[in-house]
Amino acid sequence: MKRIVAFVEQRDGVIKGSSFEVISLANRLANQLNSEFVAVVFGDQIQNIENAGNYGAERIVHFKSPEAVNYSPKTYRDALLELIKKEEIGIILMSSTALVKDLAPRLAVHLDAALVSDCTDINVSGEELEATRPIFAGKAFEVVKAKTPYQIYTIRPNIFPAEKESKQIKIEEIPLATVDQSIVVQEVKKSSGKLDVAEASIVVSGGRGLKEASNFKLIEELAEVLGGAVGASRAVVDAGWRPHSEQVGQTGKTVSPNIYIACGISGAIQHLAGMSSSKTIIAINKDKDAPIFNVADYGIAGDLFEILPELTLQLRKGLSSE
Amino acid sequence: MRIAVCINNVPDTSSKINVEADNKSISQKGLTFTLNPYDEFAIEEGLRTKEKSGGEVFVLNVGGESNKETIRKALAMGADEGLLIKSNQFELDSLTVAKLLAEEIKSRNSSIVFTGKQSVDYDNSAVGTMLGELLGFNSVSNVVAFSIDGETITAEREVEGGREVVKTTLPAVITCQKGINEPRYASLKGIMAAKKKVILEKEANVPESKIQYLSYKSPKAKSGGQILGADVTAVPELVKILKGAR
Ligand SMILES: Cc1cc2nc3c(=O)[nH]c(=O)nc-3n(C[C@H](O)[C@H](O)[C@H](O)COP(=O)(O)OP(=O)(O)OC[C@H]3O[C@@H](n4cnc5c(N)ncnc54)[C@H](O)[C@@H]3O)c2cc1C
Ligand SMILES: Nc1ncnc2c1ncn2[C@@H]1O[C@H](COP(=O)(O)O)[C@@H](O)[C@H]1O
Repeated sequence: MKRIVAFVEQRDGVIKGSSFEVISLANRLANQLNSEFVAVVFGDQIQNIENAGNYGAERIVHFKSPEAVNYSPKTYRDALLELIKKEEIGIILMSSTALVKDLAPRLAVHLDAALVSDCTDINVSGEELEATRPIFAGKAFEVVKAKTPYQIYTIRPNIFPAEKESKQIKIEEIPLATVDQSIVVQEVKKSSGKLDVAEASIVVSGGRGLKEASNFKLIEELAEVLGGAVGASRAVVDAGWRPHSEQVGQTGKTVSPNIYIACGISGAIQHLAGMSSSKTIIAINKDKDAPIFNVADYGIAGDLFEILPELTLQLRKGLSSE
Repeated sequence: MRIAVCINNVPDTSSKINVEADNKSISQKGLTFTLNPYDEFAIEEGLRTKEKSGGEVFVLNVGGESNKETIRKALAMGADEGLLIKSNQFELDSLTVAKLLAEEIKSRNSSIVFTGKQSVDYDNSAVGTMLGELLGFNSVSNVVAFSIDGETITAEREVEGGREVVKTTLPAVITCQKGINEPRYASLKGIMAAKKKVILEKEANVPESKIQYLSYKSPKAKSGGQILGADVTAVPELVKILKGAR
């Protein structure tokens, strides 16, 4: 039976939420395949490492070094390759983050593995896995089967459930003797402590309907009361109103939050491509025929300059009285 | 310096994608193909590197005969030479594509390779980084700022919540993300010159695919969204929905 590894990612010493989705998936697949899985993480001190046990992990291998706090492509690659061989792993599960998009192709080369990226569904069929993944930025899906002995699946964040299952977890620390110096992260420039659109469970996006850059404060305020992140259409990124890191869509970020609120965004096909897998979509647009309403679960066909301030106000009152 | 740029040919991003009735393929009817948007950044960065450090820019594509038009576009922007590695296969897995490209890049002794961060057809984000491993080059992915000084490269890669400043050395593969540059338009002179430039061709030797493509499907259509109103009177209802959905 193919054994499984669940790759876990930390940032600032805290395991990312999307990694629990990976652990939970590994747990489910290991049960269905009558197999076993091990979780693996790199870093120095990891505050919530024990939490892996709340999602079904019985073992987590912790490759430890103060120098491995930042991503080191070759160090991560080599340690994982060794672990995969030693533990006789066949299936590698990872969350499709920026780090993993860099790491997974490296592993694929050295394992001569099929890389199935950004899956939105993985099921067991007989003794094999069948994965569904969006293509053409979500305008279609394909169902695929890897044919190689080693198989790497990366999963889209916030799609697979992180299901609780308490296990007694064993943490196995392995000190990393050397950390590669040929590709080195010298500095991490944080974008002013803000939540990233790709990771937020609520996203409030603004488009050209906001008329000018300064009006984005309406979007920022709504995002703030909801504890969400700010997103943007390409039109406003191209206009220089917002940074590209906030762009949602085919040539921006792909997001699948619980709630996506599109304000003054027409819903061009390239924008829909980046957000149509969101769980609940809300549109505020004064044009009732705007294509965004075709994918929205709920909408208000009105003027955002009237609606947004009122919405923020009522939410602020409502949420503070909870 | 020999600079290689890998480019892909993809359906225009405004294309409507339809699945054939047998669910076994994507309909090619009505699709217009174009240069992958991220690969424009790769071409531009290749040209800038040539302008700074000298050398020539060589563009490569794995695909069908009609992709020559896209290669020609890169030549019009200023690339010196093109190669089409011919394959008519509908969908190739990333590692197979990367191996075909790596073989050609190796035989031409390139010391730097630029690719896009992702093809907007199958959205794998894999080929560039795979190339680096296959060639034994250092690689940095998702790069939004790039500079080279002698053998030393400084690149900024976009990650969740910020950027990582990465130092590495040649030979290297860089996968380009929007923000790295503003791609130039082909000038009339460039377009004329491109007509005289060489596009080499060779048949791809495609091994058995690592992935079996079982079926294709269209996304589920949303069943009737609900318009709550046309003004502020709809806000209380929306507040209720938001509280429920959180
Ligand atoms: C290669 C390529 C890649 C692309 N990639 C992306 C991408 O990644 N992401 C992306 O978003 N786009 C992308 N686009 C661009 C896309 O085609 C659209 O041009 C863009 O999404 C439009 O942005 P918008 O909705 O903000 O603007 P518009 O289309 O101009 O829409 C503005 C909307 O605001 C509404 N509005 C105006 N005033 C008000 C008001 N007072 N109250 C309420 N509503 C109001 C209008 O009714 C209208 O629907 C891409 C295009 C190309 C060619
Ligand atoms: N068939 C191809 N021919 C040449 N280059 C390609 C091909 N497919 C992908 N690439 C390059 O690899 C990058 C990443 O593509 P992908 O891994 O397919 O998302 C693209 O932006 C191109 O630069």
